[in-house]
Amino acid sequence: MRNIVPILVVVAAIVVVWYGAAVKMNAQWALDQAARAEVELSFGELVTDTLSQERPRLPAPHQVVAELWDSTVGKSITSKRSLVFHGWITLSSTLLGFVFGTGLGILLAIGIVHSRAMDMGVMPWAIASQTIPILAIAPMIIVVLNSLGVTGIIPKAIISAYLSFFPVVVGMVKGLRSPAPMDLDLMHTYSASRGQIFWKLRMPASMPYLFASLKVGIAAALVGTIVGELPTGAIRGLGARMLSGSYYGQTVQIWSALFAAAILAAILVGTIGIIQRRALKRMGMAT
Amino acid sequence: MNWGWLIFALAFWAGTYFLNVRIANSRWSRTRVARIGVPVIFGITILVVWQGIVRGLDVPMVILPAPTDIWLRMIESVPTLWEDFVQTFVKGALTGYVIGCGAAVITAILIDRSPFLQRGLLPVGNFIAALPIVGTAPILVMWFGFDWQSKAAVVVVMVFFPMLVNTVEGLAASTAMQRDLMSTYSASYRQTLTKLRLPAAMPFIFNGLKITTTLALIGAIVAEFFGSPIKGMGFRISTEVGRLRLDMVWAEIAVAAIAGSAFYGAVALIEKGVTFWHPSQRG
Repeated sequence: MRNIVPILVVVAAIVVVWYGAAVKMNAQWALDQAARAEVELSFGELVTDTLSQERPRLPAPHQVVAELWDSTVGKSITSKRSLVFHGWITLSSTLLGFVFGTGLGILLAIGIVHSRAMDMGVMPWAIASQTIPILAIAPMIIVVLNSLGVTGIIPKAIISAYLSFFPVVVGMVKGLRSPAPMDLDLMHTYSASRGQIFWKLRMPASMPYLFASLKVGIAAALVGTIVGELPTGAIRGLGARMLSGSYYGQTVQIWSALFAAAILAAILVGTIGIIQRRALKRMGMAT
Repeated sequence: MNWGWLIFALAFWAGTYFLNVRIANSRWSRTRVARIGVPVIFGITILVVWQGIVRGLDVPMVILPAPTDIWLRMIESVPTLWEDFVQTFVKGALTGYVIGCGAAVITAILIDRSPFLQRGLLPVGNFIAALPIVGTAPILVMWFGFDWQSKAAVVVVMVFFPMLVNTVEGLAASTAMQRDLMSTYSASYRQTLTKLRLPAAMPFIFNGLKITTTLALIGAIVAEFFGSPIKGMGFRISTEVGRLRLDMVWAEIAVAAIAGSAFYGAVALIEKGVTFWHPSQRG
């Protein structure tokens, strides 16, 4: 908690810089408007104008907060203009993809740990795949699945699953291998079967690694869903809000969608963090 | 339906699987040849099975082109691919990567003397690094125009915070004993920084540099989905998908994959030269 003061100072500094930048970046438009109307703007008028434009180049923080408040609490959640509605669509496909990606990732990791051929054949590709901009295939997956008649949240969930898959594989393989030779030897002296070694030693030992990669994976899954929402023609979801905002120059809308996405990401990562702390505490592994 | 292709793909898969199991469990499994051979065989198997299934089941081109189709398209459109590569990778990703990583390292050194700023900036940086920053792409495209400058700006924002967090962590990596030794030499702050702490931070800095190579490419490509001149990898992918010319899309993805791994490999190679003293490089 001793970090709270420095963090608040940094956040306050960011807000101040933001206001300054908003004034500076929106000044041109305000001056042009004033010149057209042939009026002189005093400095005070200029500042108030730049902070309350309809379509500013950089919306001021209070405009974004107002828009966020208006489009979450102010609208009914079934409305097309509600961020809760769009956020829910993004969240549901993120979670669906995340669950599938994580599940498959854990299964593949189990296979890799128990089969030397898979380890040698698959593992280098799993590691190499982390250096590839996988997100580039998102539009293709969406369009191809659309032409096959698969629409809705499934195509986006596939992208999310794909993005959260590899971090989980790499993390889990490391985790399942983390028991020391001494521990494995002990299991052998108990004449434990492979299954018993897995459930009683490898699986519990891998938990810290699993949670670390789950955090990476869920953040990646959210990014995947948002990018997956771009090429569908901007209909629903936070990504669609951003794209339609950029089509129509609705900067306040882009910023509020961006903040909604950021809050969603923080909640998702935070939730996994809480589960992690609880689980590791129950297992006596808390640090 | 073409049974010949399907049976061939199946037989090839069974054969290489058997071969890989044999190699992996033989006593040569720890040799260099086996270490490279097994994944290569696995990769070739995937390509052959892909080809066999596409040809065997007559999968239309608009759903999944065969590897040979993609290869032919790549050969045919080398000039286009090169133009896109220069636009997206060299101008967008690389410029942004250098500016972003450079700014992050300099910021880390600047805040190095202020524990207060570090305690404030690090949690904020960690938080921002986990956010979907690609979302800033539409805003930055609006500010910096459609050309590569806006892509570089997206890349700068994406790589800055992961790099900052890693560098700050690295600057704290030297042990108290080593720092004490420097003060017994009566070394100045600057000398301690350049002779001890920066070299000691290199493994962390390179870790950040390696993580951010992928981010840089992703940022440059995704930013082009929000608007770009009529060249660039992201532009090509999104327009060719619209025209259902999937072989071109796959060719573009192959180029992105090769560029991504080569970029990562180049950074890893530099790391090997710079941090030759680190235990992880000596093994």
